[in-house]
Amino acid sequence: MGMGGLETYAVFFLTSVGIYAIVCLALNVQWGLSGQFNFGIVAFYALGAYTSAILTGPDSGGTYLGGFGLPLPIGLIGGMIVAGLLGLFIGLVCLNLRADYLAIATIGIAEIVRLFLKNEAWLTNGVRGIPGIPRPFFDSGYFELAYLALVLVLVVLVYLAIERARKAPWGRVLRAIRENEDTAAAAGKDVVGFRIQAFVFGAAIMGLAGGLYAHFIGFISSEAFMPEVGTFLIWVMLIAGGSGNNKGAILGALVIWIIWSGSEFIISQVLPASLTTQAGALRLLLIGVLLQVILLTRPAGLLSEERLYRTGRTAQADPKAHRREVR
Amino acid sequence: MTDLLQLTIYGIVLGSVFALGAVGLSLVYAILRFPHFAHGDFMTLGAYISLAVVTTFGVPPIIALPFGAAGAVLFAIAVDQTIYRRLRKTQPVILLISSVGTALILRALLQMIFGSETQVYQSGIQMPIRFGDIRVKPAHFMIVGVAAFLVLALHLFLQKTRVGKAMRAMSDNRDLAQVTGISVDRIVIWTWAIGIALAATAGVLLGMDTRLHPTMGWNILLPVFAAAILGGIGSPYGAIAGGLVIGIVQEWSTMVISPAYKPAVSFAIMVVMLLVRPTGLFAGRKV
Repeated sequence: MGMGGLETYAVFFLTSVGIYAIVCLALNVQWGLSGQFNFGIVAFYALGAYTSAILTGPDSGGTYLGGFGLPLPIGLIGGMIVAGLLGLFIGLVCLNLRADYLAIATIGIAEIVRLFLKNEAWLTNGVRGIPGIPRPFFDSGYFELAYLALVLVLVVLVYLAIERARKAPWGRVLRAIRENEDTAAAAGKDVVGFRIQAFVFGAAIMGLAGGLYAHFIGFISSEAFMPEVGTFLIWVMLIAGGSGNNKGAILGALVIWIIWSGSEFIISQVLPASLTTQAGALRLLLIGVLLQVILLTRPAGLLSEERLYRTGRTAQADPKAHRREVR
Repeated sequence: MTDLLQLTIYGIVLGSVFALGAVGLSLVYAILRFPHFAHGDFMTLGAYISLAVVTTFGVPPIIALPFGAAGAVLFAIAVDQTIYRRLRKTQPVILLISSVGTALILRALLQMIFGSETQVYQSGIQMPIRFGDIRVKPAHFMIVGVAAFLVLALHLFLQKTRVGKAMRAMSDNRDLAQVTGISVDRIVIWTWAIGIALAATAGVLLGMDTRLHPTMGWNILLPVFAAAILGGIGSPYGAIAGGLVIGIVQEWSTMVISPAYKPAVSFAIMVVMLLVRPTGLFAGRKV
């Protein structure tokens, strides 16, 4: 390999940031662009990971579904389709609900997906998990570097696609719906239709990120997909970076991942070995406190959303814009 | 038939716990206008403060309960005054996200102080009382009894006292209530006091029936939300009915599907309700 410990760690670190940046960009389509509250991110991520693992994985000897041995791109696309279908289902059922009800509904969906992955062992091998997920470029001896390159290319592609969608008429309609649903409807826009499109788009990209994670780590189990990291850390990233701003989404993923993994390092140095079980709780405390501090001090994030109109104010920058929903 | 009756009894016990949680959630939602995602973790907080009292002084959990409730209420008011109060001027979604932060902080603190393993108030086996083939634990009587007593007390409070009437007025129409001279800040404090005291009580009762765990409240947040929505947000009586319905249907569902999917049952009821009759059974706040 020829890479030292620090280089190996840097490559691992950047690949993780890249995967989280993709999830963060996806959440930005759903929340930043169209104001839809998805509290079940981890469900789409997990579905993408499992689908890609099952489609590409080696034969399990019949203990769980798998052994199709399909190529990596098919696995990733399959993951996107399955996650997108879950998004479509939620869209058709829940998207005419108010933002806060959608939050409760998506938490429920995520819980059901988690129970399903844990209990349906014929499909997912339950808590024992799926080992031996193919890692591309592994034979070349440069798996880590090559995979980092793949993830970074995908971050750029997803960024360009979302940025283009945001500036296109499609994105303008979404923001118009977010700012004032009634006006958009009066202008003849199919409000629910646009919302479903945005939700499914975001869900599919979350599925892609999940698939990338599975092939990066090579092993997944239902324990790997807990809402604390899979959902709430992503929210902290997007809010910290600046919701509505795609560069902010990537920056948020980088900054929060530095804090998150830095905290792991510091806690492991500071806490005696007997207290390492407390490290998880301490880091949980950290996300909670971080979230509150950001909301109190910088609610618009590091980079705020670019203004929609020169004089217009956006929902993120102007808290009163959504007042109508309160009533 | 015996099975059905036995499951119904379990359902009423569980439903009483849900109902106490849902009443508080519904009140907070109606008056502060956001779904309080930390409500389940305040249940856990009440249960654990009571555990500390139980283990320190060797008293039964029912004696420790008021201390657990008081501690949880003080913590909630402190969070409200330091964090939520500053965010009240923003959109309610920001308060929602902030309440998730509160939930994570509470759960992490409890796990650090009390550890992440399950604990019990009193070790040893409770001998169930037999009625023919039906078995009921003494704790079950206690849970339903305490819940019924508190529901009655809440009813009298909301109907007879000035503060109770002001709370109902504020949940109906905040602006109108303010014009008539009701102090919003005072009512907000009262809302937390009542809502969180009920939640903490629910946590202690749940701990008496089963075991304590740092995620116990988070795990029942979904059925509690389902109960509040089923009953109609803002309607305390609806929340009680919703809690009982969710509790009983969840237990009944185990005859047909795997018990692992119990949370899915409450979720399904909730979604159907939101689609068919979003105002809930008792037509609470307009959606």
